[in-house]
Amino acid sequence: MIQTLAFYLFATLVIGSAVMVIMARNPVHSVLWLILAFFNAAGLMVLVGAEFIAALLVIVYVGAVAVLFLFVVMMLDIDFSEMRAGFVKNFPLGIAIALVLLAELVLGIGAYRAGALELGTPSGVAAPLADRANIESIGAVLYRDYLFLFEAAGVILLVAMVGAIVLTHRQRPDGARGQQDIGKQVRRKPDEATVMKQPTIGKGVEL
Amino acid sequence: MIGIEHYVVVSAILFVLGVLGIFLNRKNIIVILMAIELILLAVNINLVAFSAFLGDLVGQVFAMFVLTVAAGEAAVGLAILVIYFRGRGTIAVDDVDRLKG
Repeated sequence: MIQTLAFYLFATLVIGSAVMVIMARNPVHSVLWLILAFFNAAGLMVLVGAEFIAALLVIVYVGAVAVLFLFVVMMLDIDFSEMRAGFVKNFPLGIAIALVLLAELVLGIGAYRAGALELGTPSGVAAPLADRANIESIGAVLYRDYLFLFEAAGVILLVAMVGAIVLTHRQRPDGARGQQDIGKQVRRKPDEATVMKQPTIGKGVEL
Repeated sequence: MIGIEHYVVVSAILFVLGVLGIFLNRKNIIVILMAIELILLAVNINLVAFSAFLGDLVGQVFAMFVLTVAAGEAAVGLAILVIYFRGRGTIAVDDVDRLKG
């Protein structure tokens, strides 16, 4: 009973906040609604016993991706009201395509309910371990069968990180403020960087 | 009792909302990227739901990989957005035509 209630609560909130993500006038609000959507999706995943993915969703999406979005939205100085110009014009076409897509998806679910489709059966090689936490079972499968894919995922993240840094790194013109000259820093001697003073008591130091 | 169909319906609605978001905000690439995140979230809910109801953990492992790709995509996409804005002063999708011959 409580599970059903929780499911409907989370499902309503996730769909409602998804609507707000695409409808909000201000992209900052969109990002905040997106965070709410991710939290509720994590709740949905907890309900079926996938705590690890739920925690990962909160950590990765809310902690990293959403904050990245917020940073970018706030960094760019853009007139967002101008960007909504085509909103009303695109509305009928968008709704029509969305309804067709939804009808197709509902048709698939209806076919399953009518018995025309059968769900696949699990192979049994990756069944959850009995009496073990979700994360332990996932770890066993991940490091046994998917080790190389896991490392490939790490490489993807590394490449994405290097790519983002290389793209946004700005080489300032020589002599500009904030320019770091490593050679100059290394060549610096203590006697040209520091000054010894012997202040008299009760008086300030003049440099 | 909540069955797998409930989860599939929720994820179908989320997916459609993501597609709708791309159509509605055709000018604003930031919201388009967020709509893509919604689509990937719908896929993740689907994977996790099937994994839980069929008793097979591969779905959850795969959801993790989807998460990885989504994070990388957001990072690189937003980086491209930032340098594009630096160069042109706008991020309107209609103005992105520098590669046109």
